[in-house]
Amino acid sequence: MSEDSLLALRGVTMRFGGLTAVNSLDLEVRRGEIVAVIGPNGAGKTTVFNMVTGVYTPTSGDIVFDGNRINGTRPDLVTKLGLARTFQNIRLFDNMTALDNVMVGTHARHTSSVVGAILGLRRHRAEEREGRQTAYRLLHFVGIQGRGGTVARNLPYGDQRRLEIARALGTGPQLLLLDEPAAGMNPSEKASLAELIRNIRDSGVTVLLIEHDMTLVMGISDRIAVLDFGQKIADGPPAEVRDNPDVVRAYLGEASSAS
Amino acid sequence: MNPKRPLRGWTAPRAGSVDRMAARWRALPRWLRWVGYLAIFVFAISLPNIPNLGDVMTPGSSWQRVLFYPISVYVLLALGLNVVVGYAGLLDLGYVAFFAIGAYSMAILGGKYGWGFWEVLPVGVGLAMLAGLLLGSPTLRLRGDYLAIVTLGFGEMIRETANNLNYLGGPRGLANIPPPPSIGHISFLQFSILDPKPYYYLLVAVIAVVIIMLKRLERSRVGRSWTAIREDEDAAQLMGVPTLKFKLWAFTVGAAVGGAGGVIFASGNNAIQPTDFPFILSATILAAVVLGGAGNIPGVILGAFLVAWLPEAARGFDQYRVLVFGGSLVVLMIFRPQGLWPSKIRAEELAEGEGGIDRLGAEVGTVRAQSGALDG
Repeated sequence: MSEDSLLALRGVTMRFGGLTAVNSLDLEVRRGEIVAVIGPNGAGKTTVFNMVTGVYTPTSGDIVFDGNRINGTRPDLVTKLGLARTFQNIRLFDNMTALDNVMVGTHARHTSSVVGAILGLRRHRAEEREGRQTAYRLLHFVGIQGRGGTVARNLPYGDQRRLEIARALGTGPQLLLLDEPAAGMNPSEKASLAELIRNIRDSGVTVLLIEHDMTLVMGISDRIAVLDFGQKIADGPPAEVRDNPDVVRAYLGEASSAS
Repeated sequence: MNPKRPLRGWTAPRAGSVDRMAARWRALPRWLRWVGYLAIFVFAISLPNIPNLGDVMTPGSSWQRVLFYPISVYVLLALGLNVVVGYAGLLDLGYVAFFAIGAYSMAILGGKYGWGFWEVLPVGVGLAMLAGLLLGSPTLRLRGDYLAIVTLGFGEMIRETANNLNYLGGPRGLANIPPPPSIGHISFLQFSILDPKPYYYLLVAVIAVVIIMLKRLERSRVGRSWTAIREDEDAAQLMGVPTLKFKLWAFTVGAAVGGAGGVIFASGNNAIQPTDFPFILSATILAAVVLGGAGNIPGVILGAFLVAWLPEAARGFDQYRVLVFGGSLVVLMIFRPQGLWPSKIRAEELAEGEGGIDRLGAEVGTVRAQSGALDG
């Protein structure tokens, strides 16, 4: 494991009863990378995300984030360590405004609570101000400026995906996990999403994403890990993975072109 | 029935007109809004003194007494329960327990040990909060129906304890609870058993303070976390909201308000009995919150006023009084399922039939929903 390793999975296995969803997985994400996890449906990709974010505790193996072993750490504490995610099926706080959605994210870094709010203590006011400013800045960053006052579920689909990213970025993550961010997007939306993901990386946030859209994955990833039936069958730069016969077989069942 | 459109064409004007008024209200300068709040406060204070109003509102009973109990007590309790049910979306069926804890604190400390009202008030509130914390710590890990059942049991436990403990007066309850000390020599602040008006003024003042506190909470990290938990608890936790902590806070804040209500109620009533704290009171306060519009303070106050006042106003119906009351609740819920004056957010949640646990399924299917709907 290299020194700039941000996230490392070592021999991670997840069993649900008799089903092994993820089997002895090794995966490493280094600071500043964009890493994609791909694989057919049911390969265990989202299970990996759920283990990393604390939703599931792995049956065995270690998950190390930024030097801390985080197996079974409560999800909100994982987020506070600097790891935030989006969801495959959008899970915004539908009836809160876009601004409040992002502010909930920023509150992950805040500490003021009931007493501070009732008495209007200085720290409470400072955190409110910081949260609001950060939220406006992030709405702008993901390209939905001016929509802060809109209730989340009245936003167009593409904007909802972007709002989810803004909310996750509000928590101030070192590592952002994107679960199929391009799902349901048209080609031009995908192109601007790719741009956004690069901008996120350039702003200093490492990105780990699950994605089915090969053009997007091949275009932006530094490395790609391929899962099939819970096993990692390939891991490397896009060009290498594309030509890997195991990958081609996993996707198409026989030798053919995968892209 | 589709909750979105209960009996099309029959619905009362949708929240739209109210929303526009609310928006216009928010657009006013700050000082002007405070003038408005002050006007409402003065109006509330003058209610017991408007000549002949009592004959119209409660011909069968003392208007001034009804204003103290049940009306203003219910308003305070509904505001407290609204934190739990309206803000955080937790179904609490045993809220009366906190009211009882406050009342028994006043009866024991004031009646037996001679403490003054203002000394008991913080202690009663503190004990109610402690009870909220003790009840919440194990049970708030449960969701939905399970939480409702456990809180229902808690309410019964407290009442049965009072009923069976000699120290707490058993079924006969406790009497000779002292009134608060009179404030100065102003005639309307001389507390005595005979005059309910000073207690009403006291409650109006307490309610005003509680509203200011709740408004501040609403617009803070705490309030946003409560809304996020109500909307999607799993997503909230994954966005860094310590869900258990804030659910406990919702319980504790709600309990504090209920406890304060209990202390004032006991002090104003001179005597209390276990039958003052039946399950039906929890249900009535819950009805007030839901009927008025969960999550919205003016709506909750309106709901509490109605559930307190309607049975009194219906005294003319004699033994059919409760039937009329129940019937009017049913009618209201059919035509106005989102409540009379809902918070904008809650109205939309109800229209969608979503919010909280219902939404966990996403496209995954309900079977996996409870364990982890984050998969695809």
